[in-house]
Amino acid sequence: MLEKISQTSDERIAAIREKARIIRRRAIQMVFDAKQGHPGGDMSVTDILATLYFGVLRYDPAQPDDPARDRFVLSKGHCTGALYATLAEAGFIPLDELATYMRPLSMLNGHPNRNYVPGVETNTGPLGHGMPVAVGMAIAGQIDGSDRRVFVVTGDGEQQEGSNWEAGMIAGHRHLAQLTLIIDRNHLQQGARTDETNDLEPLADKWRAFGWHVVDVDGHDHAALLDVLGAPVGDRVKPLCVIAHTHKGNGISYMVDQVQWHHGVPNQEQYELAMEELA
Amino acid sequence: MAAAVQNAPGLHDCRDAFAKTLEALAEADGRIVAVVNDSVGSSKLGGFKKRWPERLVNVGIAEQNMVGVGAGLANGGKVPFVSGAACFLTGRALEQIKADVAYSNTNVKLAGISSGVAYGELGPTHHSIEDLAWLRLLPNLTIVVPSDPWETAEAVKAAVAHEGPVFLRLSRMPVPELKRPEGARFQFGKAEVLRAGTDAAIIANGVMVTRALVAAEALAEAGIAARVINLSSIAPIDREVILAAAETGAIVTIEEHSIRGGLGGAVAEIVSTTRPAAMRILGFPGFAPTGSAEFLLEHFGLTSEGIVRAVHEVIAMRDGR
Ligand SMILES: Cc1ncc(C[n+]2csc(CCOP(=O)(O)OP(=O)(O)O)c2C)c(N)n1
Ligand SMILES: [Mg+2]
Repeated sequence: MLEKISQTSDERIAAIREKARIIRRRAIQMVFDAKQGHPGGDMSVTDILATLYFGVLRYDPAQPDDPARDRFVLSKGHCTGALYATLAEAGFIPLDELATYMRPLSMLNGHPNRNYVPGVETNTGPLGHGMPVAVGMAIAGQIDGSDRRVFVVTGDGEQQEGSNWEAGMIAGHRHLAQLTLIIDRNHLQQGARTDETNDLEPLADKWRAFGWHVVDVDGHDHAALLDVLGAPVGDRVKPLCVIAHTHKGNGISYMVDQVQWHHGVPNQEQYELAMEELA
Repeated sequence: MAAAVQNAPGLHDCRDAFAKTLEALAEADGRIVAVVNDSVGSSKLGGFKKRWPERLVNVGIAEQNMVGVGAGLANGGKVPFVSGAACFLTGRALEQIKADVAYSNTNVKLAGISSGVAYGELGPTHHSIEDLAWLRLLPNLTIVVPSDPWETAEAVKAAVAHEGPVFLRLSRMPVPELKRPEGARFQFGKAEVLRAGTDAAIIANGVMVTRALVAAEALAEAGIAARVINLSSIAPIDREVILAAAETGAIVTIEEHSIRGGLGGAVAEIVSTTRPAAMRILGFPGFAPTGSAEFLLEHFGLTSEGIVRAVHEVIAMRDGR
């Protein structure tokens, strides 16, 4: 982690961009080999994960239980292609383990399991679970007077679950400034657009009304993400909500903004094209 | 009893029978509406949505709201089919099912899709192997686990005809259609004896029924006449057929569910307090590891071979061997 301090800002951002490219390729490989997964959401969240793990979070893969570590929760737990590729790149799991993704008895289940995968804080999969757990993590830090930070990523469709708002209300009430919610705002859920299903807008106003500091950011711009996520808490007293504007399938031309790639699997030709585009 | 029921060739996804029957009924009965949680595709309700967009309520990814909305629709005289993945429908919205549906005794039909371990590699959060235990405790709630397309269709029709809450536990796992005798009838609370036999009884439901029939065939070759019972109705439950099965003194139950609190539990409650018999309960012992649905069924011995083994064991237990 510390090596980055000696890097210039441009070098850091180039390094994050390269990590994102590697993560995308590995995630596509995993989905292609397993013949299942959620590549649309994987591609959507990759730049957020790369920025967090290679620019923001404080962790030591050799000590995944270090009490002082920053906490990260991928509440949209279906995006394990991107998550596991990130955790492998960050040193939590061996690289060759990725080839076992969703195979019989693999530790790399379709949704993450903290009992088997170092670096996973809580088991997600049912949407709307990450926020309450992250709020609890942040309250624990508040009680301890710790400066550790808690980051949670939800999908945008996931925001339809009431549990997010129950958790958000108490986080605002308790001024959990160490807590950051990142919403992967790709405008698509499983079967349709979010605005055709159950519109979320005005999303920023809603979080503001719940006592949060809200920032909009391009969720594929590593410099912008790093700016927002890497900024110190300083004297901000409210929890931070980052609405990351993203595209499902980002990085792969035929997947971008296409709802069927929520859980589509590339065929041989599509796989080759994807790898070419991510070269 | 006529010739034993057998598995017909060809495999079916029972969601097709569910959607087709629901559409046919909805055509004649304007009270029928569907309520979903971003689950139009997984519930196979795309056709329903196309034909009656105003009668399909998609609340988004919000299961607790979905079940409560269903109860409100029932209050307005609608017959809501609240359809979503069984794991989230029953797990996430359990209190809504208890208070708004079962306790309030509202005319809500809950369709749990892809129950059991159908979601395979997506893991225990997506498996629904606790649902029978959770829901079986709730008074007023009728619970059916259909075994094949015919029974799925009949259960949907019976659910509409019935005034009151119903849970249909549907699967997406491919199953054969059972070759039933002419004039077979489906009724809530009635078990179906698919094959006669007095040496032991195999009680199954859902996707396990076809495996039970294969096992009985194999046992017959070894000289053991095993009765096969389709206990699709979990609540109300057919005490008569279960107690008659207990007369064999050797019962094996098999279900795509936890070994605790489901079909096996329901049978054991009746048998152990009325007419004790040797029993084996086959199902999942806990959270499943990673693997496809087929892999998991093999891994935990939920196969016809597993049933055959268990029948030999209960017979030995009964005979004190
Ligand atoms: C409680 C719950 N209900 C339903 C699902 C099924 N499901 C999995 S992913 C998904 C869509 C998620 O959309 P979004 O949150 O926007 O994620 P993304 O677009 O980033 O993939 C749904 C409905 C689930 N996993 N959990
Ligand atoms: Mg989305």
